[in-house]
Amino acid sequence: MTQNAEHVLDHFELFRGPEYQQMLANKKTLFENPHDPAEVERIREWAKTPEYREKNFAREALTVNPAKACQPLGAVFVAVGFEGTLPFVHGSQGCVAYYRSHLSRHFKEPSSCVSSSMTEDAAVFGGLNNMIDGLANTYNMYKPKMIAVSTTCMAEVIGDDLNAFIKTAKEKGSVPAEYDVPFAHTPAFVGSHVTGYDNALKGILEHFWDGKAGTAPKLERKENGKINFIGGFDGYTVGNIREIKRIFELMGIEYTILADNSDVFDTPTDGEFRMYDGGTTLEDAANAIHAKATISMQQYCTEKTLPFIENHGHEVAAFNHPVGVSATDDFLMTLSRISGKPIAKALEQERGRLVDAMADSSAHIHGKKFAIYGDPDLCYGLASFLLELGAEPTHVLSTNGSKAWAEKMEALFASSPFGKNCHAYPGKDLWHMRSLLFTEPVDFLIGNTYGKYLERDTGTPLIRIGFPVFDRHHHHRYPVWGYQGGMNVLVKILDKIFDEIDKNTNVPAKTDYSFDIIR
Amino acid sequence: MSLATTQSVAEIKARNKQLIDEVLKVYPEKTAKRRAKHLNVHEAGKSDCGVKSNLKSIPGVMTIRGCAYAGSKGVVWGPIKDMIHISHGPVGCGQYSWAARRNYYIGTTGIDTFVTMQFTSDFQEKDIVFGGDKKLAKIIDEIQELFPLNHGITIQSECPIGLIGDDIEAVSKVKSKEYDGKTIVPVRCEGFRGVSQSLGHHIANDAVRDWIFDKVNPEAKPAFESTPYDVAIIGDYNIGGDAWSSRILLEEMGLRVIAQWSGDGSLAELEATPKAKLNVLHCYRSMNYISRHMEEKFGIPWCEYNFFGPSKIAESLRKIASFFDDKIKEGAERVIAKYQPLMDAVIAKYRPRLEGKTVILFVGGLRPRHVIGAYEDLGMEVVGTGYEFGHNDDYQRTAQHYVKDGTLIYDDVTGYEFERFVEKIQPDLVGSGIKEKYVFQKMGVPFRQMHSWDYSGPYHGYDGFAIFARDMDMAINSPIWKKTKAPWKDAPRPSLMAAE
Repeated sequence: MTQNAEHVLDHFELFRGPEYQQMLANKKTLFENPHDPAEVERIREWAKTPEYREKNFAREALTVNPAKACQPLGAVFVAVGFEGTLPFVHGSQGCVAYYRSHLSRHFKEPSSCVSSSMTEDAAVFGGLNNMIDGLANTYNMYKPKMIAVSTTCMAEVIGDDLNAFIKTAKEKGSVPAEYDVPFAHTPAFVGSHVTGYDNALKGILEHFWDGKAGTAPKLERKENGKINFIGGFDGYTVGNIREIKRIFELMGIEYTILADNSDVFDTPTDGEFRMYDGGTTLEDAANAIHAKATISMQQYCTEKTLPFIENHGHEVAAFNHPVGVSATDDFLMTLSRISGKPIAKALEQERGRLVDAMADSSAHIHGKKFAIYGDPDLCYGLASFLLELGAEPTHVLSTNGSKAWAEKMEALFASSPFGKNCHAYPGKDLWHMRSLLFTEPVDFLIGNTYGKYLERDTGTPLIRIGFPVFDRHHHHRYPVWGYQGGMNVLVKILDKIFDEIDKNTNVPAKTDYSFDIIR
Repeated sequence: MSLATTQSVAEIKARNKQLIDEVLKVYPEKTAKRRAKHLNVHEAGKSDCGVKSNLKSIPGVMTIRGCAYAGSKGVVWGPIKDMIHISHGPVGCGQYSWAARRNYYIGTTGIDTFVTMQFTSDFQEKDIVFGGDKKLAKIIDEIQELFPLNHGITIQSECPIGLIGDDIEAVSKVKSKEYDGKTIVPVRCEGFRGVSQSLGHHIANDAVRDWIFDKVNPEAKPAFESTPYDVAIIGDYNIGGDAWSSRILLEEMGLRVIAQWSGDGSLAELEATPKAKLNVLHCYRSMNYISRHMEEKFGIPWCEYNFFGPSKIAESLRKIASFFDDKIKEGAERVIAKYQPLMDAVIAKYRPRLEGKTVILFVGGLRPRHVIGAYEDLGMEVVGTGYEFGHNDDYQRTAQHYVKDGTLIYDDVTGYEFERFVEKIQPDLVGSGIKEKYVFQKMGVPFRQMHSWDYSGPYHGYDGFAIFARDMDMAINSPIWKKTKAPWKDAPRPSLMAAE
């Protein structure tokens, strides 16, 4: 018997005992019809070869381990960033269970969202009744200030018309006529979660600025000198948005964060569950039309929203998830130029400290090769930071990256001597990345939690930066933007590098001459 | 101490009834009428819990339920390790369910096993407009080329498949023929079908019947010699290794487990199951269908069992043994005796720390009833329970064998109801899922995820019970729950003070 009341064995120890090992071996040989171990080994080795890579890259139909999710996830992420807002996803209910679980697993926070629970009859007759009942129930039960509607692919395939449905629901008294129910069609078979972010944010701004679906006069823009800020879909939203607020305040700029979900994904444990917390007030969302300019931190999360805003007379500027010195410089200089306010002394000092830290540690990063995967903007931001550090972002892969993104990446590589042998892979998945790591190995891999399978199979150490991160806790609370954020990313990368050096130099009397106490 | 211990059953019943009336007030009239049928206070001696179940969830109420795809790909088929399960449709469903359910297995992932991978057809607009059958055919070719050691393929339909009129059955047949009779299973588990995960389980069971059992060549040479003691474990998904800590007990009592459904399971095990002398069924909800089918078609009896906590384990081992000869009956007694000292030690250590603590559950499958015995072994009391996607037969089993008089029962509970119930009852522990975990922890209520075992487990079997007891203790007695109120704020709520 292996289990013990005094020292309870967990799954990772329990099943290694001889009784379980024997049992599992018997199960395999007698009942599983296993392949010959030599054949398994042969295929395992074959799957590492350039020949396999060629076949793998010739795939036209199959996707294996993609690094993207679907549109409504992004829509839900946006919706909870508005004060007292409940996301309402029109379509099958299982989808909503998935978004809520996914967000909760990353943020370790509640994630509130409702579904219109469409089933077979709605597939035949349309989901109008689900919208009518659903809005009424949500409004009465959860008392939201706003209900932001998006769609699952089911509702999109059958062609439900949100504008008409919401109008009818209001006529039937589900919610008051003047109650805010912005909406966005978010088909899962177009784009990814970053597209859903874009569509949902545009839907909400359109609602407030352009006459609430024909029920109110359009707003007249009267410039007030403020700056709107859009973070984009971001696993670090909690830390990042707080950092951005600090920067705005240091510079004395008046600002509006649009879709500010930094509080709702970081509520305290103090005896009270807050379904809603913080968020952009509805008044601020409407008044955002009067801003002087709007800044998007992630170009590919705002491809429709930003032109929409520009058409309302704003100056707009888009960044690509800026990380590090130069990207932050650009961001701050843009802020300064638009606002007419100088860059704060305190930020200048922070810049100096980041440069100082990079100088102190660059010897350990310089020349190291990295593979990066994730959302298109994040990939760009991380790659440009690595180039600043003298590292080579050899493989940069984005499942939801477009051809235009890849061109932009190639231009970035061309701008630096360290980008010489680097390539961008748009529309590829993590099974492609596996082949890349086997055939053109790198020193480190940067990606989300799913990268741990690549780490296991290829031995490339994984630095977890991205979304989702399920198996490490609380990193979303720390910014990766601003000079402070750059510092966090630097330390995260360095920690992994040093851990690896120690791991590779710790065999007594063999390798531990290099087990240095000072590095 | 919790409220329940200081109140009479009559008082508890009155409070629970009042609670139900209170939560119903929030709903519009039509919804209140519908929800009222799903809420009840259990009366001892009744044959069921007095709630309606397996009905459509109401739009907009924040149901905790999932969909048919989740029931098929996520629960039944996904754990079959040597087959490749294609999430057929847009990317999201496969992404959100990717490796989230902790179905442990042994194998070289990506080479001969594939459970923790996400294979998807990643539908684009053109696939919706022109149909996805050609793409599916090509996907199967690409799988054959890149994953040559796969033993079979299943096609897990997402919502659009059934709406755009794709013929995945035809593609499966053609491709199966092309690849020498390869097992290719089309599953019509589109998420809009039915009212919850439950129909997905049923559809998945039927797919095993139609596309595995019906295609097994009865003349084929047996892979192993049958024995009179061959059984199959049905309805254990090996969450954190549950099926393994169960299998070891069956084997120690002298039985031979020829198949696991479906945690750490393989196609060969599915195919061999009709050779079992007895099917032992843990998750009745998700796999009773195939058990009944095997009973009708192959004459294999089935027997429900419960491997949570020593009382139910011993009862179950004896019940299973009763289908066999004395050798096995003695084996069961031997196993029970062997683990008795471990169980005594676990209970001696943890029961004093947990005695009298109250629990509120809301889970799926078998757990809303099956875990009650394990809590009782630790001196704890389940004061409220409900099923995410149960049917009336689940509530019958619950009423007849598990819950106490006055227990609060809630079917397909809504976020609002659950929150109010916990707020008013103030249990010492809530057991539910990831969507609920942080809600209750914010409220200062200890919580354990009872789907994923909160990344712990196994909880099944004797080895699992030690972990279960340890986990419940660490949840309830964590020092952190004393820190939720800042010391300069008011003392705890008056209701709690009164109970103490």
